[in-house]
Amino acid sequence: MNNSQINKLKNLIFKLFAIFCTSVGLIVLVVLLYVVMSKGLARIDFDFLTNLPSRSAERAGIYTALAGMVWILVLTVLIAFPIGVGAGIYLQEYGKRNMFTNFIEINISNLAGVPSIIYGILGLELFGRFLGFGNSILTGSLTLSLLVLPLIIVSTREAIKAVPGSLREASYGLGATKWQTISRVVLPSAFGGIMTGLILAVSRAVGETAPLIVIGALVYVPFIPEGPMDEFTVLPIQIFNWVTRPQAGFVTNAAAAIVILLAFTFMMNGIAVIIRNRFNKRTKF
Amino acid sequence: MKKLVVLLSLTVALASCGGGKKNQGSGEGLSGEVKIDGSSTVYPLSEAVAEEFRNAEGGIRVTVGESGTGGGFKKFSRAEIDINDASRPIKQEEIDLCKQGGVDYIELPVAYDGLAVVVSKENTFVDYLTVEELKKIWEPEAQGKIKTWNQVRSSFPNQPINLYGAGTASGTYDYFTEAIVGKAKSSRGDYNASEDDNVLVKGISSDKNALGYFGLAYYTNNADKLKLVPINDGDDANGKGGILPTPETVTNGTYQPLSRPLFIYVNTKSADRADVKAFINFYLDNAASLSKEVGTIALPAEVYPLAKKKFEAKKSGSVFAGGKKAVGVSMADLLKAEQ
Repeated sequence: MNNSQINKLKNLIFKLFAIFCTSVGLIVLVVLLYVVMSKGLARIDFDFLTNLPSRSAERAGIYTALAGMVWILVLTVLIAFPIGVGAGIYLQEYGKRNMFTNFIEINISNLAGVPSIIYGILGLELFGRFLGFGNSILTGSLTLSLLVLPLIIVSTREAIKAVPGSLREASYGLGATKWQTISRVVLPSAFGGIMTGLILAVSRAVGETAPLIVIGALVYVPFIPEGPMDEFTVLPIQIFNWVTRPQAGFVTNAAAAIVILLAFTFMMNGIAVIIRNRFNKRTKF
Repeated sequence: MKKLVVLLSLTVALASCGGGKKNQGSGEGLSGEVKIDGSSTVYPLSEAVAEEFRNAEGGIRVTVGESGTGGGFKKFSRAEIDINDASRPIKQEEIDLCKQGGVDYIELPVAYDGLAVVVSKENTFVDYLTVEELKKIWEPEAQGKIKTWNQVRSSFPNQPINLYGAGTASGTYDYFTEAIVGKAKSSRGDYNASEDDNVLVKGISSDKNALGYFGLAYYTNNADKLKLVPINDGDDANGKGGILPTPETVTNGTYQPLSRPLFIYVNTKSADRADVKAFINFYLDNAASLSKEVGTIALPAEVYPLAKKKFEAKKSGSVFAGGKKAVGVSMADLLKAEQ
């Protein structure tokens, strides 16, 4: 075998390895989808979506869990979006490079890696007990906001970084102030990236169970929350409860609820892709 | 941006207007909110009672969580909840916590929970096991030593014994070790452990050398795949030989020592409220019939009226204070002794 053949062989081996690596993730996803779909798909109907939790697997539905999840998500977005984007703008546009901003940056990266249950404990003490919000939707949303803030901040900064300097300079050249430049030039061009980050952060929050269990989210809630101070349950907690029940029907319910949760996450990710494409088209650098 | 805001507020509006499913009951038209938390073993029963209660008193909102018996008592001692579900009597440190928080409580038994010891359907030789034998298998000293069935009893074949049991975070684990080994949380560690009993069911049903334990309801729902092992506690007063756990033997207390009482603890201050009163009375009236559906086992019929009397008299405190065991005691006798 001469040198060139050996190199070709190496090339082939690496290609196969790369294909293998790609397929690992795909195969796991396909198996997961197949298992939950084959078990749960038949269980999903209108009643399943609109029934209250019940002791009988056939009558049980995810109405309140779904409503609780929507409440939690909307509030989380309302809280985390302005704070996260604001912090991102500060760090990228205003913050001077010094010890202090470096310190903040390191902390934000570290926060992104803190296990979610730790956020739950913080949320329980700070929001639930110290501020007296109890185990309400507000406590849950504030806790999840903390959890997704680092993601939003980082993606905001990345999006702002990607705005070309020439746009900014053109704006300054026309006599615009810093705020005018940020609000009319930088943010609109970075909006696609920011939204993508936000939606990815939110789809992470959708699947979080541990922090919500810690702050005391309930399991059996027979009513739709009417305000942010109401108690709540969310889909992952309902699923967790169902898989541990002895009756086989609940396992089917859990599979069906997982399908709904996955569909929700896919939908969010899809929206993220669409938004990114639309805004990228609009701003031509 | 504006579009987004509109979209968000629309979602909120949609989420909040879904309350059209109000269930107007035929009760006294009470309203209020009853908060329950605590043991995941009692959860299915409390959930079932809450569900039925909606039909009787649709105006009262009952919510149920499952933070575990210990987690529930923490909230209970801060008066964050009205009722705590408990799969064991309150502990001394929890009694102290309640005192600190100024919370007084009424202890009410609501059902029994049985633990099943099971082997695979293909296992032909296990006819019964004694508590001694179970202890020999599960005590910490057995780790790495008891590996074959004939080490447990010489008449058993020389085949490996594969163990399946509750994970250490589970209340079932605490209870089994206390009843069998004699000390809570004292068990060998080399067995297949899971907090999810459904995983244990799968493991045992596909392993012909398996032996395992879990909540009786998990056996009842998988009876076609498993074989139940009668337990001989060596006390002939409970019947000679091995006793199978059935609703009858658990209720009459002859299936020992693997059956335990389940309780609800009611905050005495909450007990003054009409909504809580209505709910507790409904609970005690319906616990027996709903137990059958959810997999817990009803107390003897005479106990529920006694518990109702106790609740009406607002007799606070725990009969188990001072470390008295709840294993192998008659609930009716305990309640009678209190009155």
